[in-house]
Amino acid sequence: MGSHNQRPNIWQRLHIDLPLLIGLLALMAYGLVVIYSAGGEDPALLERQLVRIGLSLGIMFVVAQINPEVLKRWAFPIYIMGIILLLGVHFFGEINKGAQRWLNLGFMEFQPSELIKLAFPITMAWYISKFPLPPKKRHLLGAGVILLIPTLLIAKQPDLGTSILVAASGIFVLFLSGMSWRIVGTFVGGVLAMLPVLWFFLMHDYQRTRVLTLLDPEKDPLGAGYHIIQSKIAIGSGGLSGKGWLQGSQSQLEFLPERHTDFIFAVIGEEFGLIGSLILLALYLYVIGRGLVIASRAQTSFARLLAGSIILTFFVYIFVNIGMVSGLLPVVGVPLPLISYGGTSMLTLMTGFGILMSIHTHRRFIDR
Amino acid sequence: MAPRKRMAMHNHAAEASLFKRRAIFTFVCVVLLLSVLLVNLYHLQILSFKDYDTRSNDNRIRVVPVAPSRGLIYDRHGQLLAENQPFFSLEMVPEKVKDIPATLDALSEVIELDEEAQQDIIDSLKYHRRFKPLTIKNRLSESDVAEFSVNQHDFPGISVEAGLKRHYPHDGLMTHVLGYVGRINDRDQNTLQLSGEWKNYAATNDIGKQGIEKFYESLLHGKPGHLEEEVNNRGRTIRTLKSVEPEPGQDIYLTLDLKLQQKAMEILNGRRGSIVAIDPQDGGILAMVSSPSYDPNQFVHGISSKAYSALLNDKSRPLINRATQGQYAPASTVKPHIALLGLEEQTITEKTRVWDPGFWQIPGVERKYRDWKRWGHGWVDVNTAIVDSCDTYFYDLAYKTGVDKISNFMQHFGFGERTGVDIFEESAGIMPSRDWKRMRYNQPWYIGDTISVGIGQGYWTTTPLQLANAAAIMANKGKRYVPHLLKSIKDSTAKIDTPIDEMAPVELNNPMNWDIINESMKNTAHKSRFVDAGYTAAMKTGTAQVFSVAEDEKYDADTVAEHLRDNALIIAYAPYENPTIVLAVVLENAGWGGANAGPVARALLDEYILRDSWRTQ
Repeated sequence: MGSHNQRPNIWQRLHIDLPLLIGLLALMAYGLVVIYSAGGEDPALLERQLVRIGLSLGIMFVVAQINPEVLKRWAFPIYIMGIILLLGVHFFGEINKGAQRWLNLGFMEFQPSELIKLAFPITMAWYISKFPLPPKKRHLLGAGVILLIPTLLIAKQPDLGTSILVAASGIFVLFLSGMSWRIVGTFVGGVLAMLPVLWFFLMHDYQRTRVLTLLDPEKDPLGAGYHIIQSKIAIGSGGLSGKGWLQGSQSQLEFLPERHTDFIFAVIGEEFGLIGSLILLALYLYVIGRGLVIASRAQTSFARLLAGSIILTFFVYIFVNIGMVSGLLPVVGVPLPLISYGGTSMLTLMTGFGILMSIHTHRRFIDR
Repeated sequence: MAPRKRMAMHNHAAEASLFKRRAIFTFVCVVLLLSVLLVNLYHLQILSFKDYDTRSNDNRIRVVPVAPSRGLIYDRHGQLLAENQPFFSLEMVPEKVKDIPATLDALSEVIELDEEAQQDIIDSLKYHRRFKPLTIKNRLSESDVAEFSVNQHDFPGISVEAGLKRHYPHDGLMTHVLGYVGRINDRDQNTLQLSGEWKNYAATNDIGKQGIEKFYESLLHGKPGHLEEEVNNRGRTIRTLKSVEPEPGQDIYLTLDLKLQQKAMEILNGRRGSIVAIDPQDGGILAMVSSPSYDPNQFVHGISSKAYSALLNDKSRPLINRATQGQYAPASTVKPHIALLGLEEQTITEKTRVWDPGFWQIPGVERKYRDWKRWGHGWVDVNTAIVDSCDTYFYDLAYKTGVDKISNFMQHFGFGERTGVDIFEESAGIMPSRDWKRMRYNQPWYIGDTISVGIGQGYWTTTPLQLANAAAIMANKGKRYVPHLLKSIKDSTAKIDTPIDEMAPVELNNPMNWDIINESMKNTAHKSRFVDAGYTAAMKTGTAQVFSVAEDEKYDADTVAEHLRDNALIIAYAPYENPTIVLAVVLENAGWGGANAGPVARALLDEYILRDSWRTQ
């Protein structure tokens, strides 16, 4: 590749991919603008989000310096530790809002599922790339075990959103590794066949309610349907160009719940209309496109699979969140990546982007 | 090392190109899925924009209706008869109060609220929606308001609300005329919905229930305004977007003369009876009293069931408007009208004389119809017959005229029909006829029935208002007006008189007959009650039997139970030359008309005529 022979520029030496960074910063800036409006023009809220952004950028920068080969070496031990922590949550975790997700370490509360979110795709990519690609059936079986353990443990907490994200990141690795279409087909068929089992035996009542609510939110407009109805009203009443910044009645008058966190997309829809939504989707598409380019240019299968998985998981966040807020998918606790107010997801996501940058900027150190 | 061995089996180029194909495939999927989101957004934001925009506005905009203030009611001289008074009540929003019994208990230390009242409030909570304000106490005194305001911070969810309530400053003086307003009930709501007026009552609590308040509800009520408020998800008002002022109800002026009304009430002094005074020049009612009366203000604030059943069960029946619903035999007060018919039909002339031996007999029949004067009046002509109220003369006249002509003629004077006065509480009375008797009793008409009608007895009943109206037509020599209470309506700028409803006059073949009868009525007045009056007047008394006395028995007031004693009646007008007031007085079970109703008429005409002459001087 051409860049081999050139002197590395300042960004390459910092292990930063500028096109990706610009996309990320644009999204974060957009998020700040919306959070200011959604949070009732509270400067303290903005300040805290700014601190988080700074912290996330710092972590991204640090992670970008780590050679992917190091990650590859540490992936499995971190994965094992994550599983142990998840089990710990299962037995000693704190219950918050009806779900057992947090582990109190004495000095801080810690969500092991976030660690798994990072460690899992690395482990998966490491495991699959050990063998020649496309993977053989027995390797896929092994991968299936690695995938199911954390997915089920997280789903049990219960945290459906995270377990979907974790499972998706693993499945992306498998798909990108080139597993045969017949297996893909069988898998999709299997999932569809599993849906009734999922519905009747595995899902909690509140999760079933969410799905039913999605199908007919007007049935219980003040109860389960309230979030979806208010969110659709907010988006729909935004029209083509929106009601204007700080002018969204649904968000400013607090009809919209969780408007600066999970439902922030409704604020964008209401205040900036279809145009504002389009701009957001375009930014996301740009970041995803750049991520896939980075993945394709990576020099090892491990790096390719990892990068691909990270960027596609990023897309799952987007799709699940916007789908939920605009009434296409059931309500699942997934934030709008890089826009929603809140720390954990931003840190996790930016760590992922740090890995992407690392993959892209460490290429020349890898010999064939 | 094992991994290295496996690594050797990798075909890097093939893996890279496999990845690339899969990556391109997933990118296409990403674009497709984003398109799904976009199509959905297009559907929400463009195709369904109107729907969601409406729902968003429904969320945020609350329209609060504002009640108009009710029009005031004045008498003809601008004296206030019905007003709106500021009124304070204590309201509680149940869902905002944590511990209601404890709060009420604490409240009782600030304002008066006894245990019974507290329990009532707790009981009524069961049927009350938690977010709607509930009235804890009505009619707060100013000291209550002050006391509560100081301690308001201790009572979140409880507040003093101010409003306007109808108040009748003259209490029971003219309840039967004004009626009253009361809380809108289901029946009122149905009526309003049928008439399409319901939308105007969104903020209104009270509606006219009787009398003028009911009849002129549409004038008095006005049009509501509204506030458009922006509210947040908890219903708290953020700001007012738009305010449309209500259009207040129109003030109205009645034909009533407050002083005359007061005088009439004072004279009746709680006795059962009724007085109606009409201005014969236009039919305007100057006074209309029904006694005993009751205080309308208790209905405005919701009368207790105990007080209401006391009114309902009161033997003297205060709830009835005797002036328009009381049905009394007119007795001798209609003798002038009968005589007028006799002259008009030429059954008699001014000179016709009848011998009165103290009784009268249908030719060939043994039964005697007694005159009130046992020994008779001797020879009587029409003038003496009216002045002395000779029964025999009228038995004879009625016999000769026949019921058909009497009944027909009397209808021109409004007997047996509603006058059309502008309140709903009115009865038609009965002007008997052959047809009427057949319909009512399925019996033929007997000559004896005609004889009773000749002296205003038998089946004939009238309301005091009908009597006054008939007297006014007589005094007016045939000119007729619909008796009415509304004099003028106040527009935003001026007082506009309502048009006078003049009816086709009663026309006589010989108009001189009016003078003959009115002259006799004048003679009646000036030979007795008005002999020393400083003005000219005309009158005719009546004494109506409530209780039949056998043919040969003598009626003795002292031996008859009070409610069976005779009703005393009088019609009178003054000044004779150009009447400005016509009166009808009915005193229930008071006895002899001349002796009992006479002084009442004299006192009222004195009040009205002499006061008027003082004013002009």
